[in-house]
Amino acid sequence: MARAKVKRQSTSIDMTAMCDVSFLLLTFFVLTATARQPEVMPVDTPASTTLDKLPDDNLGVITVKGEKIFFGVKNPEVRVETLRNMSSKYSIAFSEEEYEKFKAIDEVGVPIKNLRQLLSLDNDKRTEQIQTGIPVDSTENVSNELYHWVQQARIATISYNRNREAEDNDFVDPGPMKVAIKADAGEKYPSINLIIETLRNQKQNKFSFVTGLRAAE
Amino acid sequence: MAELNQDSGGGKKGGKVRAKKSGGKVDLTAMVDLAFLLITFFMLTTSLNKPQAMDIAMPDKNKMDANDNLEIADNRSITLLLGSDNKISWYYGQLANPIYPPTTVDYSKEGIRKVLQQMKAEVPKRAGADKDLIVVIRPSEKSITRNLIDVLDEMKIVDIKRYMISKINDEEIEVLKSESLFND
Repeated sequence: MARAKVKRQSTSIDMTAMCDVSFLLLTFFVLTATARQPEVMPVDTPASTTLDKLPDDNLGVITVKGEKIFFGVKNPEVRVETLRNMSSKYSIAFSEEEYEKFKAIDEVGVPIKNLRQLLSLDNDKRTEQIQTGIPVDSTENVSNELYHWVQQARIATISYNRNREAEDNDFVDPGPMKVAIKADAGEKYPSINLIIETLRNQKQNKFSFVTGLRAAE
Repeated sequence: MAELNQDSGGGKKGGKVRAKKSGGKVDLTAMVDLAFLLITFFMLTTSLNKPQAMDIAMPDKNKMDANDNLEIADNRSITLLLGSDNKISWYYGQLANPIYPPTTVDYSKEGIRKVLQQMKAEVPKRAGADKDLIVVIRPSEKSITRNLIDVLDEMKIVDIKRYMISKINDEEIEVLKSESLFND
């Protein structure tokens, strides 16, 4: 009798709960994965065998493709602080609303005098085509806007980190802002050279190139 | 789940009996398999998507004197001139009086890596045991970012400790032109 009962019992386990859990996780991962904003100017970075990951925070990224230069600061708070510094540097006033808008933009690629116009546009209208790139040259004058963007971002990073440290005892100062150059694989060297010289002029002698991962040979 | 358990029995009489016999459960194994496969996929792609950072350190710039060039020993240094068409011209020593005259190679394993490995072994023999190889990288204006990254990557692969990126001069551009590596 006992044997017969065992045989009649179904061998399948109830998978309903497991299915529920796995789909919940799946939903979570799908949503977090697609939450990333699409880049304004997609860049095909060259591959390298480097394994160091690009940091998420405390970083400024210079994107270059077809001699068009974009600049963005990863941390939104520092980004706004950078714009405040730039605003006083170039004597262009921005409203609080514009600062809020700028906070949400990952990177910009327009001369500073056109920035207000860019901010007045809708999110999906700020395309690669209408952004002409940040002016850059080999000097340290106001005409080299990239120089000042990077410099003001570095200054903003320092003051931001100091404030955080004063407010929060557990906060560890991550040090000065890192700079990364995200260059298109087919970009000709002169525009890279201009960026490197711009960085070197402000003694930012250490920087990173953003690369993709090369499959092992 | 209630809907699933009813087994959507088609017939009126026979259908009911059959539904009871089958236990009234849908096999969810395949569905769970699929879900976990997708979870794994999304987990891996989100973490692997992060780009790599190749760190570069440049020397301090001497703004007072643009012609302040560092003197390095001839028999320790090889110079890589990055030209167009994904080719490199390299020479050993000084350009005016080279130990090995300019030769064209490509970025492949058989090309530049072989040269670097060979020179890495050869230089300490010529210059002395404690004098290792110095590589001077001079990208021309016709070279592209991928070339520079590839060369820097080779430095890491071959494990060359001393290398620098510097400015190409006119004589070296002439070399590239003569080897037709200065095309658009």
